[in-house]
Amino acid sequence: MGLKLQQSYHHSVTVKVNEQMGTKRGYTFIQANRAWLPKFLLLWVMVMAFLSTWIYKKMDADNKVRRKEVLSSMCDQRARMLQDQFSVSVNHVHALAILVSTFHYYKDPSAIDQETFAEYTARTAFERPLLSGVAYAERVVHSERENFERQHGWTIKTMKREPSPIRDEYAPVIFSQETVSYIESLDMMSGEEDRENILRARATGKAVLTSPFRLLGSHHLGVVLTFPVYKSKLPPSPTEQERIEATAGYLGGAFDVESLVENLLGQLAGNQAILVNVYDITNSSDHLIMYGYQNQDGDLALLHESKLDFGDPFRKHQMICRYHQKAPTSWTALTTAFLFFVICLLVGYILYGAAIHIVKVEDDFHEMEELKVRAEAADVAKSQFLATVSHEIRTPMNGILGMLALLLDTDLSSTQRDYAQTAQVCGKALITLINEVLDRAKIEAGKLELETVPFDLRSILDDVLSLFSEKSRNKGVELAVFVSDKVPEMVMGDPGRFRQIITNLVGNSVKFTERGHIFVKVHLAENPKPMEDPKAETCLNGGSDEDALVSGARQFKTLSGYEAADERNSWDSFKHLVADEELRYDASVKMKAADEASQSVTLMVSVEDTGIGIPLIAQDRVFMPFMQADSSTSRNYGGTGIGLSITKCLVELMGGHISFISRPQVGSTFSFTTVFGRCKRASFSDTKKPNAEDLPSGFRGLKAVVVDGKPVRAAVTRYHLKRLGMLVEFANSVKIAASACGKNGSSCGSKTQPDIVLVEKDSWLSGEDGGLSLRTLDRQQNGHVFKSPKMILLATNITNAELEKARAAGFVDTTIMKPLRASMVAACLQQVLGTGKKRQPGRGMLNGSSVLGSLLCGKKILVVDDNMVNRRVAAGALKKFGAAVECAESGKAALKLLQLPHSFDACFMDIQMPEMDGFEATRRIRMMESQANEQMNGGTEEGSIRTGEWHIPILAMTADVIHATYDECLKCGMDGYVSKPFEEENLYLAVAKFFKTKPISDS
Amino acid sequence: MDLVQLQRQLVDYRTSLYHEGFLDEQFTQLQSLQDENNPDFVVEVVSLFFEDSERLLNELSKALEQQVIDFKRMDAQVHQLKGSSSSIGAHRVQKLCIVFRNYCEAQNVEGCLKCLQQVKHEYGIIKTKLESMFQLEQQILNAGGSIPV
Repeated sequence: MGLKLQQSYHHSVTVKVNEQMGTKRGYTFIQANRAWLPKFLLLWVMVMAFLSTWIYKKMDADNKVRRKEVLSSMCDQRARMLQDQFSVSVNHVHALAILVSTFHYYKDPSAIDQETFAEYTARTAFERPLLSGVAYAERVVHSERENFERQHGWTIKTMKREPSPIRDEYAPVIFSQETVSYIESLDMMSGEEDRENILRARATGKAVLTSPFRLLGSHHLGVVLTFPVYKSKLPPSPTEQERIEATAGYLGGAFDVESLVENLLGQLAGNQAILVNVYDITNSSDHLIMYGYQNQDGDLALLHESKLDFGDPFRKHQMICRYHQKAPTSWTALTTAFLFFVICLLVGYILYGAAIHIVKVEDDFHEMEELKVRAEAADVAKSQFLATVSHEIRTPMNGILGMLALLLDTDLSSTQRDYAQTAQVCGKALITLINEVLDRAKIEAGKLELETVPFDLRSILDDVLSLFSEKSRNKGVELAVFVSDKVPEMVMGDPGRFRQIITNLVGNSVKFTERGHIFVKVHLAENPKPMEDPKAETCLNGGSDEDALVSGARQFKTLSGYEAADERNSWDSFKHLVADEELRYDASVKMKAADEASQSVTLMVSVEDTGIGIPLIAQDRVFMPFMQADSSTSRNYGGTGIGLSITKCLVELMGGHISFISRPQVGSTFSFTTVFGRCKRASFSDTKKPNAEDLPSGFRGLKAVVVDGKPVRAAVTRYHLKRLGMLVEFANSVKIAASACGKNGSSCGSKTQPDIVLVEKDSWLSGEDGGLSLRTLDRQQNGHVFKSPKMILLATNITNAELEKARAAGFVDTTIMKPLRASMVAACLQQVLGTGKKRQPGRGMLNGSSVLGSLLCGKKILVVDDNMVNRRVAAGALKKFGAAVECAESGKAALKLLQLPHSFDACFMDIQMPEMDGFEATRRIRMMESQANEQMNGGTEEGSIRTGEWHIPILAMTADVIHATYDECLKCGMDGYVSKPFEEENLYLAVAKFFKTKPISDS
Repeated sequence: MDLVQLQRQLVDYRTSLYHEGFLDEQFTQLQSLQDENNPDFVVEVVSLFFEDSERLLNELSKALEQQVIDFKRMDAQVHQLKGSSSSIGAHRVQKLCIVFRNYCEAQNVEGCLKCLQQVKHEYGIIKTKLESMFQLEQQILNAGGSIPV
């Protein structure tokens, strides 16, 4: 069943986790597209690469355009210059032609001969830089040839320097510049080019050009310019025939185009950069080159053509310019584009990196969140597990406790009773502890609420001590508790939590202590009163300091004689406390009144041990959860290390403060303060708490002598005996006690004769004469008429041999094993003194049914439940305890029955009923009551406000016992609840709050 | 001898009822309430339970035959049945009632019908078992013996 429960719970936890994860997974854009990130990067890179290419292209294109512009401007410039120079030369030739016609033909005899011509042309050659030379050829028709040849004394030769064959006409050169004197007497008509030129020139009357050819002298490419010279004046607009008729000769010049262009280009900047070609394009299909090489390297991609007009309409020329070198790679464009690309690449990479980082961080975040959810779920599961397990433990524990309760009902010897009671108390403590484990979660969540109920501090301390008595006894550690008399008997506070604190601290001490003692001390934390009163010192009974050192051994004035970490707890300060108490007896009424007046009481509790102490380095993390001094601690001593942290929380919740002093190998002393409410005497006298242990009063007035060398221990013993109402005296040693007794016995009579002598084992053994003096003591007593005092040995642990010895020494009566507890001491004393056999103390408290009987007997109780069977069962249960039961089957019926005035003492109300549920019914009942109360108060004066106000205790009956229901119950005015179906204990606890216990002896 | 056997038979029978989960400790509580002043307490309460349960089961069957089923009312009735069965410690019936209530809350007609059948079945069993136990007790009493605890 338990397993199944857990499984289903586990399942629900998982589901919850999933749900939470589902809702919490809010993805950002980047997170959602994480798979696309590398693609985005790639895309980015590609786009950027494209962009940079585009930028490069654009810049490159710009460059090219600029280059082209530069080229065209350069080309045009060159063409224009060439053209200009050319036309200057042509003009000059024209002038020369006019010169020849004027001086050769119009003068008679001719004013020009070869010599003059050569002279003149040579001197004017600077005017015609482009012409390698000029020559004049006369027109000679065949009929005049002989005459002409005779006149000049040479025959007309062809270009090949052969005598010219017979033709229609000839054009032999008669004048020539010296540079071209080799062409004299050559017939210009014999060359194909020249002939054509001549014919064209005389027909048009203009300068004409040949197509380019290799010149005779230099082997440069060149053209020949031919200009006609007319012998008679031509009519305006002459016909072609008239021109031919009038032609006297031809003036020609060879243009050395190559050197011409070379010179020209040499004059211009940027000559090296470009390649210039000049073509004759008269025949459009076959361009003749005039300058430059046909197949020259150079940038073939880019060229510029410029038209050249050399003044010959028949011929067409053009200049083509190219760059010498291919366009250089544009480094600027390239670097710009590249840098752009690199920058974009980096930006892209940075963005990508950022995105990746974001994704990673988000992933981490989600992971953390998931882990957090899981951790929380685990926490919930843990709490659930604790709850389940503690539930599973509680069930059998209830069985154990029940059986113990039954056992205690039977007739037991005092020892058996003590064992059984101890077992029961321990069992109860165990259940409480389980609850405390559950509460740990509450403390952590800050949801812990403290109760405020009256409780008996001393009995709680006794209980805690009894929890650890077995352990401490086995270890030989002395365990003792001392509560200052000034601490009120009952205080208001949370007994469970107080008990938890003490249990934790004492538990720790027991765990870590192998020798010596553990001492719990409670006193008021008010400022210690100044000890000016000399009485304080004198009051100490037998506590003289010099005796504290026993037989030379180094002894500390602590409980066991071992050194304790905190000296404040040693006898030096402790005696003040004790003294204080002594004072209290004769304290003035005023002081007592002042004590009573204050609402709260601050207690100082210290737990001292002589254990291993806490290492100095670990001291500052003692109160941290799950921290132990070191890992070996848990190995050697066990424990989780959570106890002290809980303790600290609890102490702080109680308005106190916890601190400790610890010395390694010496011991630790934990002290804490806590604030409790003062309990009004009236309030706790009539409400008997079930946990308040009733101490038998049969020992009141008995006298006891405590023989103990250690004052602190003696004070503890006295504290317990005092609680039993006994008068206590101290004796440092058996001898003193014996002498005191003897003296008393003889001189003072029975007045101070002790009834009981309690001897500490140590004191008895330490004195060499222990046995002897006791025997003396015994004898003295025996000799006396009065009955001898009972001898009791107090021991933490005792061996059989020692026991035998003790018996031999006269301790026949009994041995009380420490730690001392008032109830246990009482039980032992009862046995020894033979009193109280018939009535066991505390029996009634532990036997629920008889108490319940006394509680409920004769009470009139109303049971409200719509379920017939439930009603009958509840009625049966209550009737069994002697209550008079009436039933109502609905809330309405209950209201009717509870109309004021009524005679019911209590009402048990089912919660879930049709029509009117328990809550509603209770609300109405309370309303009715408050109205009635108001009327009553209104009618009479405040004097009549008595406790008899209408308020019927209403207890809810419910099957579910969850806290929320309980809160709801209280909210609507109920006084408590009992779980259904009834259980005795449960019923008792609920009912006990409202009905006073009648003394058992009465019932 | 016969008496002792009868007594042992009763004890065995009762133990088996606890073991098989028909009864739980509440029945023990109920028995502890029976004393000299109230000798027939258990029988009385159990017959009250039979009476009440039969009424409730009839009403539930009727309610489920209706065209329009009043689940709220059914829930209340099952609650009643659960309360009374837990009061006498009829463990199995009580457990079934818890399931039944869940179906009522979910307004699941099929589940309700199934549960009603099961409850009726369990109720029948516990009734016969208890009756035969009472008979045994009666026999022992008639034979002059006392009921073993």
